[in-house]
Amino acid sequence: MNSAIAQIGLGPFLTVSAALLVLGVFGIFLNRKNIIIIMMSMELILLSANLNFVAFSGALGDLSGQVMVLFTLTIAAAEAAIGLAILTVYFRNRGSIQVEDVATMKG
Amino acid sequence: MNWLLGLPELVLAICALVILSAGVLQKKDEAFLPCAMLSIGAFVVTGFLVVGAPDGIAYNGLFVVDAFSRFIKLLAIIGGAAAIALSIGYSDGQRKLPFEMPVLVLFSTLGTMVMASSVNLMTLFVGLELSSLSIYILCAIERDRLGAAEAGLKYFILGSLASGLLLYGMSLVYGYAGTMEYAPIAAEINGTGIVPLGLVIGTVFIIVGLAFKLSAVPFHMWTPDVYQGAPTPVTAYMAGAPKFAAFALILRVMSGPFGAMSPRWQMLIEVIAALSMLFGSFAAIPQHNIKRLMAYSSIGHMGYAMMGLAAASPAGTTGTLVYLAAYLVMNAGTFGVIAAMRRRGHEVTEISDLAGLGRNNPGLALILAICMFSMIGAPPLAGFFGKFMVFAAAWHAGLYPLVAVGAVSAVVGAFYYLRLVKVAYFDAPAVPFDRPAPSVSFVSIAMGLATVLFLIGLGPISAAAQAAARALIG
Repeated sequence: MNSAIAQIGLGPFLTVSAALLVLGVFGIFLNRKNIIIIMMSMELILLSANLNFVAFSGALGDLSGQVMVLFTLTIAAAEAAIGLAILTVYFRNRGSIQVEDVATMKG
Repeated sequence: MNWLLGLPELVLAICALVILSAGVLQKKDEAFLPCAMLSIGAFVVTGFLVVGAPDGIAYNGLFVVDAFSRFIKLLAIIGGAAAIALSIGYSDGQRKLPFEMPVLVLFSTLGTMVMASSVNLMTLFVGLELSSLSIYILCAIERDRLGAAEAGLKYFILGSLASGLLLYGMSLVYGYAGTMEYAPIAAEINGTGIVPLGLVIGTVFIIVGLAFKLSAVPFHMWTPDVYQGAPTPVTAYMAGAPKFAAFALILRVMSGPFGAMSPRWQMLIEVIAALSMLFGSFAAIPQHNIKRLMAYSSIGHMGYAMMGLAAASPAGTTGTLVYLAAYLVMNAGTFGVIAAMRRRGHEVTEISDLAGLGRNNPGLALILAICMFSMIGAPPLAGFFGKFMVFAAAWHAGLYPLVAVGAVSAVVGAFYYLRLVKVAYFDAPAVPFDRPAPSVSFVSIAMGLATVLFLIGLGPISAAAQAAARALIG
């Protein structure tokens, strides 16, 4: 990890992670179809942050960034499980997981 | 390393796991009440441990106990216990809550307490997620009601987006400051003189993520739907503990590691505070559902509390903490009244349902009136002191436009709070509500009394808040 960063520099890593972040945010706000896609976009955002942590950790020679990534991965897994469970409950009540159907409350 | 510092959290975690196991072993229908009682007991024990815990930093610089964390933890514990007490009354009627509900409140409060004690971005994130993930489940805990499932789904999507942005901001701060601990970050910012752009962007991301959790404008859009859809005790909980935790973080992070760059973020906080106050007052006017109204009201109150933060001074921090304490009691009192709004076992949540409450149930109507006047900020009730202290701090910091916006929105807000009082006392009486459950009456009476008698406790509360502010800013 250290040598790879030394060879190609921090820039490409940060660029890729920024691109992933933008993709994730747009995936949430521009997507008008399916909630599963929203959940995939959320994973993209978390992974972009993870990539940042790992790249910085390599560049700084400091391990705490990689420890943070382990925590984040665990939390992301728990979050995905809870999200899918809530989605299942919602589907049972509503019979649809289209984004435009999630609007019984207005005001 | 001093293990004793984390004792309240360890005890609360073990209690929650034990109660969860005990609930699983019980018969399905009878598990709720014992679990709820045990959870309140766990809160009481933890509360005493929090008061008794010594000051210091433990666990390799991950966890701090000081006057500030103690203040926030006590607020969160009181809020959590009140929510569980309300849920006992709620579960009496037609709708039954599963026994996991009080256990999840325990876990969420545990996350809140860890956040309040964080001195490292890692602790911050883990605590925040423990608290949020539990609340996602709590919103959707009534599995066969569409409104609750929709509330859970909406909160989940926007909440995890916020966590993602927060995490991204943390990664930038880590990269440009070279560490995740608050004190070295502060030293780094103080030492360099020029703040790197990456650090500024990271700070903005962190503020955005926390503002989402606080439901401050412009990140408020989830609040009304989630408050309306979630079960009433869960709404009462969400309006309390998670807000205190987000405030704890925003106060600790902004005045600790990023305190030296306060001119750079002060403007951002001012704008968020002003927008929240205005939006909270104006958007609440056309509402007819009382839970939705409380959502807009909480957006507005977060704006007022942020005014203290915008002042970026010890007096401002003290004001914010006193405001949060006042908000806790008046908010829990109001939700006690909302939880008592049932007819023949069914919950009613329209404002028009309150009609004639003054004649049908004078005690309840009095508590509602007390809480509403306190939310307006009428002396000598709790809300007045909070408002007074944040307004004074903002005035001394020279934020005159913000004070003016606050005054205008307080006047506009008075309109819809007073409308509730008018409906309760002067409209033609509707069908009376059921007799409220004892636990619901207890919460509303206790919190109503606390709102009225806040003046008596003001000395110790503001002394504790001052000590907390000193621990934070030094």
